[in-house]
Amino acid sequence: MDIAVRDGKIVERVNERKAKKVDASGMIVMPGGVDIHCHIAGSEVNTGRLLRPEDHFRDFERKTIRTRSGVGHSIPSTFTTGYRYSRMGYTTVMNPSMPPLEAKHTHEELNDTPMVDKASYPLLGDWWFALEYLSHDNVDELARHVAWIMGTTKGYAIKIVNPGGLEAWGFGQNVHSLEEQIPCFDVTPRDIVRGLCKVNKLLNLPHTIHVHTNNLGQPGNYETTLETMECVKDLASSHKPAIHITHCQFSAFKGEDWRTLESGAEEIARYVNCNSHVTMDMGQIVFGDTTTMTADGPFQFGLSELTGSKWVNHDVETETSAGIVPFRYRRKSYVHAIQWSIGLELALLIKDPWKIFMTTDHPNGGPFTSYSRIIAWLMSRKAREATMKRVNHRARGKSLLTSIDRELGYQEIAIVTRAGQAKALGLGSKGHLGIGADADIAVYSVNPEKIDASRDYKKVRRAFKHVAYTIKNGIIVVKDDEIVKSVEGSTIWLDVQTSEPVCVAEDMKRRFRNYWTVEYENYPVAENSLGVSKRIAVKADV
Amino acid sequence: MVILYPLKEFRFPIIAECITPDAFEGKTANEIEDLNVWEGNRQKTLGQLFKVADDKTENSRITLCGNMAKIRRIGASMTKGEIVVKGNAGMHLGEEMKGGKIAVYGNVGDWAGSMMKGGEIEIHGNVGNYSGAPYRGSKLGMQGGKIIVHGNVGNEAGAQMKGGMIKIYGNAGQFVGFRMRDGAIYVQKDCAGRAGACMVGGKIFVGGMLESVLPTFTIDGTKAKVKVEEGETVRGPLYVFLGDIAENGDGKLYVSKARNSHLGYYEKFL
Repeated sequence: MDIAVRDGKIVERVNERKAKKVDASGMIVMPGGVDIHCHIAGSEVNTGRLLRPEDHFRDFERKTIRTRSGVGHSIPSTFTTGYRYSRMGYTTVMNPSMPPLEAKHTHEELNDTPMVDKASYPLLGDWWFALEYLSHDNVDELARHVAWIMGTTKGYAIKIVNPGGLEAWGFGQNVHSLEEQIPCFDVTPRDIVRGLCKVNKLLNLPHTIHVHTNNLGQPGNYETTLETMECVKDLASSHKPAIHITHCQFSAFKGEDWRTLESGAEEIARYVNCNSHVTMDMGQIVFGDTTTMTADGPFQFGLSELTGSKWVNHDVETETSAGIVPFRYRRKSYVHAIQWSIGLELALLIKDPWKIFMTTDHPNGGPFTSYSRIIAWLMSRKAREATMKRVNHRARGKSLLTSIDRELGYQEIAIVTRAGQAKALGLGSKGHLGIGADADIAVYSVNPEKIDASRDYKKVRRAFKHVAYTIKNGIIVVKDDEIVKSVEGSTIWLDVQTSEPVCVAEDMKRRFRNYWTVEYENYPVAENSLGVSKRIAVKADV
Repeated sequence: MVILYPLKEFRFPIIAECITPDAFEGKTANEIEDLNVWEGNRQKTLGQLFKVADDKTENSRITLCGNMAKIRRIGASMTKGEIVVKGNAGMHLGEEMKGGKIAVYGNVGDWAGSMMKGGEIEIHGNVGNYSGAPYRGSKLGMQGGKIIVHGNVGNEAGAQMKGGMIKIYGNAGQFVGFRMRDGAIYVQKDCAGRAGACMVGGKIFVGGMLESVLPTFTIDGTKAKVKVEEGETVRGPLYVFLGDIAENGDGKLYVSKARNSHLGYYEKFL
């Protein structure tokens, strides 16, 4: 079977004599990879780079004739990030946390991340205006406000991190359940999740709300996760999910404390199998050294207390917070081994691959460069057992993995690494190779008919790490794991069109002057400051 | 034995992690000349920069003659054998060394014995900053082995140290044993101050004058003499301080009483 490409799109046929041919016989051809959640740009990532010089000096890339030099293992520099993604066959990458105030910085960095298309999700869960509108139960007005924010920050989806917790963190507190009152605002985390879910629906945004749950990283938090999923169940329409639970591994802990920690993957998988309004991504951990960074300030503070590591705390004025802690996942640690198990259990116990996607929550669970290892674990029981032999003994006894025989096939891997993610993001032209799709194609040198992934998992791992060809927008950019052409990727953003244009009230401009460190006029990201702008127009219901 | 002579006076830093007994073992002089090094941003071979003399006996013994102050990473990650430098040596000498011995008859740059795990480095001259300390920001300090310095050392000797021993027969700069967790540091002469800042374990012995003890250390008592290691005893009396309390630390700082009369006021807390 042949795939024809013209002008960056997949077409029915091209003139065979004139066209350039790529021989992919005996190889596996997939759409370019799509990563729904990985922190690759923004002030948080950049502060992580500053915090960790020791992350750089062992892992560096030399300048070549086509590529720039770069450093970094868990938080590579922008250009290196793009090259490394491309060398794994990824062509679309979503940067999931962008405080609106830092949008300009984030887009500057994304402009410098070549080879991949990218988008950012503005953090709106603890945004003062959102909290205010929600406390007055004014969902329509909030929807118009979010539409304005999407255009202003050039964002793509609504990101909610520890709803309410980040506002409470401004007062040195946290919230511990969906019902807890947030200081100074008459709202609860449940109101925030439900309110923004309604907004998401009113605005017809292509992705769902992207939620990092409350109590993330605390033993016993799987119940909160179940409640969070349940609380928007009635808002879902039949054909579209209503909520995306991100890096679910960190939200699937069962047990009283760290000593009695167990996996809550079974309960979560059971819920997801019975309901169709949820998608999630794994947030798989990979043993080794990495850097954790989330907008969840209180969680990061707890982590730095736990590990005694250096720590960055960042309060983004009225919008959100952030924290960064270097971290090492150890095989011999009971907790880390259980975490490793939870991620894989989730992916294997959730029957429908369109509901769970492969991520490491880069760099929180491990750098994205270890995706091929996760693919091997998902595809081969033998690979899981090989790692299992080396992990903490007690964790091995508690892990459900020993009782799971499921092995994902190549088809399912294509879903969890690209097709499913593209569908969940509402990116119609990505994640498939049908006529009209973007010509983002990855060719891996592994023959699915000859190589049995469950036995020869090492070959599969190598093939998914070092791509044979990556084609971006119809241009061959990587050949045999080497960049042959450096291309710019586009920045995807939403232009949400409300029934009447959103005008920013004088009242809001006044508040900008009072509460923000920047003037209102300096706040919006202009379209011409994006490297290659790709506007997606969305018609809203308000 | 392999002897290396520099062919010129070096202007640019040279990264030569291949100068180790492990890399030289079993190679002829010609093969050794073909090993890659970086001079500034250019890749070169060892033979372009050095004259390699091989007497065809044991090539796990390497001697470097001449001024090697620009040569970095001599003996990096070595596990056995011996390197003798007759002259100065550059930065990162014996980085991540696991075994064997390095002797330098001259001065050494910064990060000597950085992240060392075993073996011995003996330096008959002065040493720059960060001896035994890891790369900036890293917590992987020296884990084992021994560094002996007959001259003075710069700042932050033994930072983040987790094991092993550093013996300094001269003076030491500031922040000796910064964030140290275990192991021992012995300074025979004076110490510039802030010794043991943020330490949580291990021992520091100061035989000379210590400008001041950090306020986050408490006095625990005095001792007539302390043993540093087999065959090395510090005769006192010595003050014993515990700290760093700001880090809930349990490290010990031994300071000579005779040379530090300005610390006498601590005695009233005993």
